[in-house]
Amino acid sequence: MTSTARERAAARGQPSPMVRTSVVFVGIAVLAAFAADIEITTADPWSEFGRMALGAVTPDFTATERLAEAVAMTVAFALLGVTVANICGFALALAFHVRAVRVGCAVVRAVHELFWALIFLQIFGLSPLTGILAIAIPYTGIIAKVYSEILEEADHAPLRIVPAGSSRISVFLFARLPEAWVHFKTYALYRLECGLRSSAVLGFVGLPTLGYHLDSAFRQGNYAEVSALLIVFYIIVATMRRWMHRRLLPVYLIGAILMMPGGVDISMANILRFLGSDIVPFPLRMAQSIDGATLAALGHWTAAMFTEEALPGIVNTLILTMIALVVSGIGALTMFPLISPKFFGKRQRIFGHAVLVIIRSTPEYILAYVFLQLWGPSMAPAIVALSLHNSAIIGHLIGRHTESMKIRADAPRGVNLYAYDILPRIYPQFLAFLFYRWEVILRETAILGILGIPTLGFYIDSAFADVRYDRALFLIIVTAALNIAVDTLSRRIRSRLRLKTTLDNG
Amino acid sequence: MALFDLHDVSARYNGRVVLDNISLCIAEGERVALVGRSGAGKSTLLRLLYEQCAGTASLLPQEPGLVRTLSVFHNIYIGRLNRHSLWYNLANLIRPLNKEVDAVRAIARRMGIEEKLFEPVGQLSGGQQQRTAVARALYQASPILIGDEPVSAVDEHQARMVLENINENHTTVLIAMHDTTLAIAYTDRIIGLRDARIVLDRPTAGMTPVDLDDLYRT
Repeated sequence: MTSTARERAAARGQPSPMVRTSVVFVGIAVLAAFAADIEITTADPWSEFGRMALGAVTPDFTATERLAEAVAMTVAFALLGVTVANICGFALALAFHVRAVRVGCAVVRAVHELFWALIFLQIFGLSPLTGILAIAIPYTGIIAKVYSEILEEADHAPLRIVPAGSSRISVFLFARLPEAWVHFKTYALYRLECGLRSSAVLGFVGLPTLGYHLDSAFRQGNYAEVSALLIVFYIIVATMRRWMHRRLLPVYLIGAILMMPGGVDISMANILRFLGSDIVPFPLRMAQSIDGATLAALGHWTAAMFTEEALPGIVNTLILTMIALVVSGIGALTMFPLISPKFFGKRQRIFGHAVLVIIRSTPEYILAYVFLQLWGPSMAPAIVALSLHNSAIIGHLIGRHTESMKIRADAPRGVNLYAYDILPRIYPQFLAFLFYRWEVILRETAILGILGIPTLGFYIDSAFADVRYDRALFLIIVTAALNIAVDTLSRRIRSRLRLKTTLDNG
Repeated sequence: MALFDLHDVSARYNGRVVLDNISLCIAEGERVALVGRSGAGKSTLLRLLYEQCAGTASLLPQEPGLVRTLSVFHNIYIGRLNRHSLWYNLANLIRPLNKEVDAVRAIARRMGIEEKLFEPVGQLSGGQQQRTAVARALYQASPILIGDEPVSAVDEHQARMVLENINENHTTVLIAMHDTTLAIAYTDRIIGLRDARIVLDRPTAGMTPVDLDDLYRT
């Protein structure tokens, strides 16, 4: 037996690697906080808050005659996108041993659905394809990875007993698929919930989903309408497991297809121009031939792009991500007792559950949008939005985890129980969840740039706005590379600390 | 003619010798019991024998190899996956055909699990699961059956019923078991393993459990 890093550290009287890692991350976040721009720029940061709060408690369900349509569109895009992603993701999961498939999936899932939407908007305009593909493509990458892990972890024992000479597909269908199927169903439902959030947010770039109406309601300061839209959205998400029946899926899908807006022409010339010319780096597009001068110009272009846009974008994205990660962690450790039976009674926990459900069902993009209205463009709204959303998610998972924990009858209570019993026991699980969210937080951080915070998304959005698609694509590739790097680092840390590395719902 | 033929075979598991120079011949039609303490090498020997007959046997491993989320019907049906086309199998997976249900039901009835036919195996008791695994092996109807402790989770009455059915359905039977009384009653040759070696190999006729005590003595 080899001793674990933890045992060796303990023998030397040092803090465990888990504690040391945590201290390092908190240190990084503190340094990042010094470098971050967290100034509140609005003259009176709380002036709008009163009107927002009033709107929140007086939802006006009659404000938009198109409320029902917006909700139906949100569900339709989510259903179609997630269905396509499930089919493609399942097929790719079967080929996941092929390196090219693994790499391809890592790349497509490293690009956030809003960036995919921005790309497809240039190609297909506001056609249904834009929304469906923007959800389907990154989700395919995620689903392929998760499904392949599920298949890997399923019981392999039945494979030993199948009679020789059975066809490979029959064996797969009878001996491997059924066991994985249960997990596929659970995960597909979870993905649909994510898809509903993504679909709502796609409205902010112009698709006819909830985000579109939220955006215009916010702009007009019509907070009663905002609150009505959000309440309907919470209800849809919260009741999903009731209305999403397997037998009804075909009906929903046909309905969703019929609902898709038509009448948008997809121009082949447009597609070819985008792919063949628009996204080609400017110096190459202008060049008559590939010669030394062209290459020099390309080198210059790349260097300029990197130092002027990519680098500041990366720095800001990382600063914001590190702060948000650590604050999310602290938030989760503060919030989870609210829903844990080890700390509160059944009635008190209802309040805790309600708070966590609302915070985690609100996409961080919408939370950030709200705080930006209040405080003006700086990192502060983004930090608060990302941390709130992620603390609620991790807090929920940890809280649920404590439900099944056994505690001896004479255990201490309250703060002592928290510090001496529960916290040490949940800490590895907590770190696993937190590191798993790291990459998700990074993806979201990049996206919040669209709202005006100078992360990578800010430069990408500006490039799209200036019709400089070559720059946009360059920056999207940089963002994807950064995501993959953080994902790899997170996986290394998790395996070094021996944290459970796969989670079937995050 | 010898169906199985091992010559000076050794096997290691994690650096430990689990089979030490084993030589063994088993003819068609023989019913053989492997007895000995846990870790004596019975499972490894069965695995080697199964590999030798390359899939012409029904296998009952110690871990029963059931698909927990599939029904009893489907788990038994798996025994004949090789006899039907992919489409026929697929149809039965989605909606079992009457013809197949009747055939499987007859076997399930003999194993006393008929009323559980459409319940997921994961919800059955250990004994019911074991009988499902046996039913699958019977349904497979190979001439040879190789079983590792196939009656470890059922009571004696059911164990006798299971062993009778196995003997009726298979011409050559190789099973590892703990219960020496049952081994003597239902097989005609006993191979005793101790510390990775064969220490006893004789017909069961006239044998009593006391004759096997040495195998278990520490």
